[in-house]
Amino acid sequence: MMVVGMAEVRVNDKGPTQKQYRVLNPDGTLVVNAPVRMPADLVVQALRWMLLSRMYDEHAIAMRREGRWGRYPPLVGQEAAVVGTMLALDPKQDWLVPQYRELVACVHHGHPLERITAHYMGKGAHSRVPDGIKLVPLQVALAAQLQHAAGLAWGLRLQGRPGVVMTFIGDGGSSEGDFHEALNAAGVTKAPVVFVLQNNQWAISTPRSMQSAATSLSHRAAGYGLPGIEVDGNDLLAMYDVAVDAVQRAQRGEGPTLIEAVTYRMSLHNTTDDPSKYLDMEAFEEAKQRDPIDRVTAYLSGLGRWDGNRQQEMKTKLQAEIDEAVEKAIGFPGPQPADAYENVYAQPPERMQRQLAALLARSQS
Amino acid sequence: MAGRHIVEAINNALDVEMSRDSRVMILGLDVGKLGGLFRATDGLYEKYGGARVVDTPTAEAGIMGLSLGLALSGLIPVAEIQFPGFIAQAFHQIGPQLGRFRQRSWGRYNCQVTIRVPFGGGLANSEFHCDALEALIAQCPGVKIVMPSNPYDAKGLLLEAIRDPDPVLFCEPARLYRFGRDEVPDGDYTVPFGQCQVVREGGDVTLVAWSAAVEMCGRAADRLADSGISASIVDLRTLVPLDVEGLVKAVAKTGRCIVVYEAPLTAGFGAEVMATIVEEAFYDLRAPIARVAAADVPAMGGALEPWYLPSEDQIVITAKNMLLH
Repeated sequence: MMVVGMAEVRVNDKGPTQKQYRVLNPDGTLVVNAPVRMPADLVVQALRWMLLSRMYDEHAIAMRREGRWGRYPPLVGQEAAVVGTMLALDPKQDWLVPQYRELVACVHHGHPLERITAHYMGKGAHSRVPDGIKLVPLQVALAAQLQHAAGLAWGLRLQGRPGVVMTFIGDGGSSEGDFHEALNAAGVTKAPVVFVLQNNQWAISTPRSMQSAATSLSHRAAGYGLPGIEVDGNDLLAMYDVAVDAVQRAQRGEGPTLIEAVTYRMSLHNTTDDPSKYLDMEAFEEAKQRDPIDRVTAYLSGLGRWDGNRQQEMKTKLQAEIDEAVEKAIGFPGPQPADAYENVYAQPPERMQRQLAALLARSQS
Repeated sequence: MAGRHIVEAINNALDVEMSRDSRVMILGLDVGKLGGLFRATDGLYEKYGGARVVDTPTAEAGIMGLSLGLALSGLIPVAEIQFPGFIAQAFHQIGPQLGRFRQRSWGRYNCQVTIRVPFGGGLANSEFHCDALEALIAQCPGVKIVMPSNPYDAKGLLLEAIRDPDPVLFCEPARLYRFGRDEVPDGDYTVPFGQCQVVREGGDVTLVAWSAAVEMCGRAADRLADSGISASIVDLRTLVPLDVEGLVKAVAKTGRCIVVYEAPLTAGFGAEVMATIVEEAFYDLRAPIARVAAADVPAMGGALEPWYLPSEDQIVITAKNMLLH
């Protein structure tokens, strides 16, 4: 794939030939000769999404610690990888097929934050994606969703309907058989799908080095006849440019792209995790120095578009948004016994109806 | 109306539905120009083209996962899994994915997907070509399981399956694919799910079966009749949903029941049938319910089949012993 105007950065620990696309250096300065394609106004919008994600994560982890919410997988450290790619989508016509860490992309796609919050509060029935929003539910069985994304994209193509599908997976999930079957089939059918692989270096406690001997996970695309591109996943501008190119390629009928976002999980796998048991704390502290949000604020500050006051103002507004969503979610009724039985089939079988009736009778007595 | 065996009835059903509904498409291995290894899709590639009859990469989980996605896009996939043992490779995308998608999305999405698969042994086929894995899928709420035993039902149940808004595993009795021709209407008709059929009336013992085992029960019943024993045969036709009322009524009529199935005996769907009868019709029973099933060995196929599959002899002997009670 031609990635117009991207700088190439050699990555020392990956040997001399591995290229990783990058526009912004970790300190927020531009890579030498890198053209800037993402408009500054859009960067400001992106920063807003990144901060929303970070602040929501902090709130969710706190709620979990208090035992008020369920298990939660934060995105901390990976905001550029998700926000940069999601902004290449047009939610009116494109589809989002998430794994489970891309909450902010779901909100951007039109899933109201209070409904997502309902899911983490155990009020799943209220987390239903509203009709018309081109988003499917979270997927917990890793890589299964990639097959669905490939089939959905293929189906759009077969019907001559517009729209591109974007789907997400991690470094661990890319070892699943479904990952390989999905990329292979998407290549054969020229399905308009963008596979975003967030390589956050950890599958819970298993490091990237134990997932694959491949130098770059992006290389896997070559085996399926599609372009694979490795990107600095903590670089919002690079992620956006690559995602725009991949979406446009899909729109032109040229088929799928694999984007590997090389990033770092700066927080927990989820709220049951204890990274102190397996993390190299030195590498962890070093990774925190490459915070993708800091990179964007430094860049915008350099442009004269950002300062501490503006950041504080934005965070105050975002906190109000989060608080409002949480308040709404608190107001939803709790889970009902019938929630487990409804929606299994279009018409519940007679035996299941009897089981539900018996449950209701027991709970009333 | 024409004489059709099961393969021809299935082919005709696919043709009827593809011409009626342009959203219906077929995908699987060798379903295109070859027309399927059993020729169930013969001629459809030529008639409907390569965009609606598609040979996929050789990946069963992929065929199922793609089908789920195709359904999300608004198409109605009829997927073929080439042989029953390969259901295992597709299992995750069938039960946990197709079967749960409606509920996982709280009713936002349904998966109108039909999975056609040959079922059972009796053709001396090789390993993985002759399994009976219905109990695996019966443990996956959200998926329906259909088991035609004859050409008329094969067509009517397949049309019902394709139009059902939920995923359906449509198991075709491989041994009976070209067994005999029945009169099958040319046009459109459906056979509803959840309605078993008494295919033979009898007063002494009720044989309960599905798929090719129904034919075996017919032969056993002929021999029992020669010995003065009148056997009734119930064809369940669909396992999910199960026609509990029809089953219980047919068993209660004779008070004796033999459940015949091709899967390994232990924890097979026949155990579920027995348990249901015990729960619903215990006081109508005049003898303990018996099972005639495959031995608890892997389905290795080939020349070994006669030594583990259920047989007509076993049904006859079991029925005669039961009548001694």
